Amino acid sequence: MQKKRSSFPFTGTPEQEKQLKAIIDANKSDASRLMFVMQEAQHIYGYLPFEVQEMIAEGMGMPIEKVYGISTFYALFSLAPKGKYNISLCMGTACYVKGAQKVMDKLVEILGIGPDECTPDGMFSITPCRCLGACGLAPVMTVNDEVYAAVTPEKVTKLLAELKERG
Amino acid sequence: MFKTREELQKSRAAYVAALNAEKKKILVCAGTGCVSGGALKVFDKLLELLKANNVKCELELSEENDGSAIGMKKSGCHGFCEMGPLVRIEPQGWLYTKVKVEDCEEIVEKTILKGEHIERLAFHELKSGIVHKEQEDIPFYKMQDRIVLKHCGLIDATSIKEYIAVGGYEALEKCIFDMTPEGVIQEVLDSGLRGRGGAGFPTGRKWDLARRLVPDADQKYVCCNGDEGDPGAFMDRSIMEGDPHCVIEAMAITGYAIGASKGFIYVRAEYPIAVQRLQLAIDKANEMGLLGKNILGSGFDFELEIRLGAGAFVCGEETALMTSIEGNRGEPRPRPPFPAVKGLFGKPTVENNVETFANIPHIIRNGAAWFASTGTEKSKGTKVFALGGKIGHTGLVEVPMGTTLRTIIEDIGGGIPNGKKFKAAQTGGPSGGCIPDSLVDTPIDYDNLTSIGCMMGSGGLIVMDEDNCMVDIARFFLDFTVDESCGKCTPCRVGIKRLYEKLDKIINGQGELKDLDEMEELCTYIKQNALCGLGQTAPNPVLATLRFFRDEYVAHVVDKKCPAHVCKSLMQYKIIEDKCKGCTACARKCPVGAIQGKVKELHTIDQAKCIKCGACIDTCKFSAIVKE
Repeated sequence: MQKKRSSFPFTGTPEQEKQLKAIIDANKSDASRLMFVMQEAQHIYGYLPFEVQEMIAEGMGMPIEKVYGISTFYALFSLAPKGKYNISLCMGTACYVKGAQKVMDKLVEILGIGPDECTPDGMFSITPCRCLGACGLAPVMTVNDEVYAAVTPEKVTKLLAELKERG
Repeated sequence: MFKTREELQKSRAAYVAALNAEKKKILVCAGTGCVSGGALKVFDKLLELLKANNVKCELELSEENDGSAIGMKKSGCHGFCEMGPLVRIEPQGWLYTKVKVEDCEEIVEKTILKGEHIERLAFHELKSGIVHKEQEDIPFYKMQDRIVLKHCGLIDATSIKEYIAVGGYEALEKCIFDMTPEGVIQEVLDSGLRGRGGAGFPTGRKWDLARRLVPDADQKYVCCNGDEGDPGAFMDRSIMEGDPHCVIEAMAITGYAIGASKGFIYVRAEYPIAVQRLQLAIDKANEMGLLGKNILGSGFDFELEIRLGAGAFVCGEETALMTSIEGNRGEPRPRPPFPAVKGLFGKPTVENNVETFANIPHIIRNGAAWFASTGTEKSKGTKVFALGGKIGHTGLVEVPMGTTLRTIIEDIGGGIPNGKKFKAAQTGGPSGGCIPDSLVDTPIDYDNLTSIGCMMGSGGLIVMDEDNCMVDIARFFLDFTVDESCGKCTPCRVGIKRLYEKLDKIINGQGELKDLDEMEELCTYIKQNALCGLGQTAPNPVLATLRFFRDEYVAHVVDKKCPAHVCKSLMQYKIIEDKCKGCTACARKCPVGAIQGKVKELHTIDQAKCIKCGACIDTCKFSAIVKE
């Protein structure tokens, strides 16, 4: 999978760095826990900017290539920040059969960004995902942690307008 | 903490008594589907209302409950996800469907305080409108045979006591005290259990190899594959959320059988509730001495750890999963050496999927003969299918091996909605194939599916109707596998991409007849040469659709038409002269200004401008616009 590196400047805080260091220190004795450290780092920063990957590589005593290789291999690691509203649309089979592609087309049309991109104002990002395991609610979409069931192009049009208004 | 077998047995008797005493119960489904629909809010509201009415509630199984208190439980997934949030009322066994926070007041007032049934919330059959009060009476449940999902929805998924009360950890106890490791393996061999994750390898044989092949290994491992990657399958999620101890118990049994003292459960990070429940269950089992050092004083040690996936389909392949647990990119390894010889961290390893493990405690408790009495000659037991797509009732369905697709779709699933015609059912996700209308009476088991070019896979069963284009579906799966190919071997990395391009060409109206033959040839080549299961099975959706729906491919290639009106390049929107009233609604709606026409005059669509978005068809009140 091709992943885009972010052009957003890195804005990590000393507190975030402290949290990350603590996690690295607790796990650096076991090389197999690298992915866990990266997952925690993504929780702290919201994504895995190159600067953070360098910190992890140094802390775990591994080459940066290894960390970068993993971050680009797994779909859940994001190299670019997510929007304030991260829209995740399920593109699993059950959702696809029930018209998820039409919903995706609508999202792309309204927001003017493609899948895995973030709007320039940092408000919205689209993250397609492969099956949330909630096939009974197909097509299913999440905005941050809120779940929307049986979405249609009309429903997302309305929802996006509401979110834009809320700001 | 139980130090001996007797202590566990004594406590079990007490838990059984407590569970039996707890007559009145409200079980709110807390599986992913229902939680997404607001089940937790329903739970909180019910609790708040019960308290306001001074009704005594027990949130956990209590040995002091004399039957007067109502048990308020968050259960695992009931499997009837479409109808969620689900609330089950005990002792009546009533099931309320699509329960909202606003319904809670009525439930407490009528059902809990007065014992009255609320018909409005009960399940109504789609076609006949027949109302079913009891959960067991609903056709969706009535025709199922639940072994693996037995406890899902009936016990508190977060309570180890309830699991012990329904016979949990009895199988582990039986193994470590009454059976030899060889005896355990023999029992599993005799049961005929085959792996539920894909290819259907006999589980007992896998264990036997891991026990015998490297006798002097200093460390062995047990892995549980909870990386349910098939988009459209969710039975493993349901088991991990609804009956987590069952998986833990089975892994400990496996550890005892092959001589391993450590296990890993690899779960997809997309399943946060499953991860949380499993972790809670592992902590509880450690606390009670059912995991850890010297289990029940037997001298057997077994510890468990959860590892999270990060969204890679290939990690469902067993060697790739091990590479991922080791902290690397999840790339598969060539075999041999097989994991039974050199698996996780280079040590002998047994890896089974969640559903396979979930069968083990039942087999040990009830015996191999009991298990083997269900199913077909070579496929024993039951299989859980995740029924989805164009079907009346989406959800989890557990049926004996050998049940026909017709039974699953029509009798249990409630048929195809909106009067549409059945076209095909996709089994096995991106690795499987489709079963056409002509084969719906085939008894489903491993070998029958393989013989018609499909595969059981993990049990995703997606139903498609006449509005789905099979060429488009084949491309959908290839888009998935192209994206998920790890890139290690060329047949998969390049071959599937070329296959995808051919499909794309056909869908865009540039296909030629020779493409179909070339595709078949390429499919065979990829199947024979790819390194792992992902690549070897990736051509299956193409081969199966080519085999059963060749006429649809030919229509795309020769007539340049998409019979299901899905492929945009092969489709035109047209206005029917007689029906158009000239209301201008479509022209105003068209985002690209492709529709011309004056008020009260016939409108026309400029095909060069039309982007085929379908906005006009949805707008027209006179059904004057059609797809061709």
